[in-house]
Amino acid sequence: MQFTYYLRLALASMRRTPILTGLMILALGLGIGAFMTTFTVHYLMSGDPIPHKSSVLYAVQLDNWDPNSPPTESAQDVQPQLTWQDGENLMNADTPATRQAHMYGAGAIVVPENDEPPFDESIVGTYNAFFEMFDVPFLYGQPWNRQMDDDHASVAVIGRKLNDKLFGGGDTVGRNIRLGDKFFKIVGVIDDWQPTPRFYHVDAGGAFADTEQIFIPMTRAIDEPMWPRGNTNCWSPPDESLPLVQALKQSECVWTQFWAELDTPEQAAAYKDYLDNYVRSQKEIGRFPRPLNTFISNVNEWLDVNGVVGNDNRVQLRLSFLFLMVCVLNTVGLLMAKFLGKSGEVALRRAMGASRSAIFAQNLVEICVIGVLGGAVGIGFAWLGLRAVESLYHGYQHLVHLDPAMLAVAVSLSVASAIAAGLYPVWRVSLLAPAGLLKTQ
Amino acid sequence: MLKMTNISKVYRTELIETHALRELNLHVDEGEFVSVTGPSGSGKTTFLNIAGLLETPTSGIYELDDQDVGRLSDRQRSRIRNEKVGFIFQSFNLIPDLNLWDNVDVPLRYRGWSASRRRKVIGDMLDLVGLGSRKGYLPSQLSGGQQQRVAIARALAGNPRFLLADEPTGNLDSEMAGHVMQLLEEINREGTTIVMVTHDPDLAARAQRNIYILDGHASDLPSLHPDNVRTLPDREAAQGGF
Repeated sequence: MQFTYYLRLALASMRRTPILTGLMILALGLGIGAFMTTFTVHYLMSGDPIPHKSSVLYAVQLDNWDPNSPPTESAQDVQPQLTWQDGENLMNADTPATRQAHMYGAGAIVVPENDEPPFDESIVGTYNAFFEMFDVPFLYGQPWNRQMDDDHASVAVIGRKLNDKLFGGGDTVGRNIRLGDKFFKIVGVIDDWQPTPRFYHVDAGGAFADTEQIFIPMTRAIDEPMWPRGNTNCWSPPDESLPLVQALKQSECVWTQFWAELDTPEQAAAYKDYLDNYVRSQKEIGRFPRPLNTFISNVNEWLDVNGVVGNDNRVQLRLSFLFLMVCVLNTVGLLMAKFLGKSGEVALRRAMGASRSAIFAQNLVEICVIGVLGGAVGIGFAWLGLRAVESLYHGYQHLVHLDPAMLAVAVSLSVASAIAAGLYPVWRVSLLAPAGLLKTQ
Repeated sequence: MLKMTNISKVYRTELIETHALRELNLHVDEGEFVSVTGPSGSGKTTFLNIAGLLETPTSGIYELDDQDVGRLSDRQRSRIRNEKVGFIFQSFNLIPDLNLWDNVDVPLRYRGWSASRRRKVIGDMLDLVGLGSRKGYLPSQLSGGQQQRVAIARALAGNPRFLLADEPTGNLDSEMAGHVMQLLEEINREGTTIVMVTHDPDLAARAQRNIYILDGHASDLPSLHPDNVRTLPDREAAQGGF
C-alpha cells in the first residue's frame, strides 16, 4: 500500500517539474537508446547460433598453403576453406567423426513453372549429413540419402520462403524445381531456419546473410557445373586450359567448407590425429609443403577465428556504454536539482513522522518511475537506431530487431541507471535536517 | 509531560560557536496551553525544534512522557514525532500539489493505520476545522486562514499528545488570527497540550502560562498582559522576525 502511495507521490512530483523530469527521461532515453542499438547488434552477432550442438560441431582447416608465406601460429593464419580434393578425400574416408559434411556455395537461375520471370538464387551444394548435423527443421519430406549423393542425383531440398514463392506453399515433395535448364526433384521442404551468425558459411554473403533456399547434392552441383560463389583463394594458379570448375577441382585453390560432428573430446582428439595423418600421407605425394598445421574449431571458436564479431563492433559497444555513463552523470545533476527543490516537502514529511528510510524509499520509487520511462524512450531510440543500422549496412537484417529479452534488458538497464544516478541525490535529500527548512518554507 | 533539564544547544562552524540554548530548564504539564515569547535570536526556534524532536540538544536531558528522548535513533524519534507531536507553522507548510484530503493524510501515512481508519479521521478533522466540503481543493484555492485550519487539521489528525505551534497566526489578519486562536483554545480544552511561540502579546496573554526565553535561558512570567510585555527587552520583535 505504501508503494502505491509513493507511486502517486512520484507522479505528482513529476507533474510539478515537467521540464526537469522530461530532460532526465530524455537523457536516460538517449543513453539507453544508443547503448541498446549497439548492444542488440553485438548480442545477436555474438550469440550462439546452435547452442545445443555448438560444442560438438567442428570446422576443419588444413594448411595446404604457399611454403613461402609467413609461419602459421594459430587457426587465424590458416585458410578457412579447403580444396575440393581434400574435402572429398575426407568425405569418402572412414574417419572417427559421427558425421561429416562437405559443402560449397553456388548459385543458379530458378525458372518458375508459371509465367513469373526467372530469378537468381544462392545454392548450397552439400552432402545429406548436412541436415541432421545442423538440426535443420523439415516442414515436409526429408533430406536425400547418402546413396543419392553417390549417385549424383538431381534432387533438392528447398526453403519455406522459396516454396511459398514458387508453389504458394504446401507439401511440394515430389514436384520439380527448375534450375537453369535442369529439373531437380524436391525431396524436402525446410522450415524457417536462420542460424545467426550463419556459422556454417561465414564467407559467402557474410555471416549475417539469409540462409540459402536451395540445397542439392554437392556431387550433382559440381557435375552441372555450378560455379562457386564466395571466396576462392589460390596460392598457385589453376590450370587455365581446363574448364573453370574442373581446374578448381584439381588445384590447390580453397573454395569449399568442411564440418565434422565429434561428440566427445576423445573423438575430437582422434579426429585431429586422423587429419594429421591424412596430411602426412598427402605430403608423401608432394602436397602440403608447409609444416603440419591442422585445426578443428567448434562453432564458437570458429566465429572467433573468422572475426565474425569485429573489433569495430566492440569499440562501438564500449563507446555507447561511455555515452550512457555520460547521460547517467547528467541525470545525477538533474536529480540533485530536482530533489533539493523538494527539500521543503521532505522537511515537512520528516516533521510529520517520516523516517529517513521512508523518505529514501519515496524518492527511490520516483527515480524508478523515471527509469522505466527512460527505458521506454530508450527503446524508441533503439528502434530508430536499429532502423538506421538496417538502412546503412546490407546484410544486417537479422540483427536489427528488439526481441523480448532485449526489451527487458533496456528497461532493466534504464532503471538500474536511474537508481545509480539517483542514489546519491536521494541519500542526500534523506539526510536533510528538517528544522531549518521548515522555518523558511 | 515535557521536561527539559539543563538543555544546551551549540552550533559550531569552523570559525564560530553559537550558543542557542544555555542550560535551559523548562517543564510543561499535560493539558497546559503555554506561550513562548522572546526576542529574535533568543533561542525560541531552537527550543521548538528540540521540543519537536527535529533537533537533538548538545547536552542536557529532554524527557517526554517521562522518557528520555534526547538520544534516540532517527527511526524512534520519527515514530514519537508521528504519534505524540503535532506541528503548526507560520507559513502553513501545506504541500501545494496535494489536495486538502491528501495534506491531512500526510502524518497518517507514516502511522500504519488502515485505509478506512484514515478515511474516517481525515473526514472528521476536516469537518472539525469547517472544511469538510472542500476536501478536493488545492491549498492555493483557499485563503490564508483556511490554509492554517487545514494545517491544524493535519496536526491533529494523528491525535497527538501536544501541539507545537510556531507563530500560527503570523501570516494572518487579525480576524482570521482570532478564529485560529479560538480553534486552538477549543483543542486545548479537549485535553491537547499546546506550546505556542508568538510575537503577539495579545495572543500570548490568552495562554494559561507564559515562558520567556532570552539568551538561551527560559523563565516563567507570572502574568503576560500586553502592557507588561512592552517593558521587556524585545529588541527585534518589531521587525517581525525570530
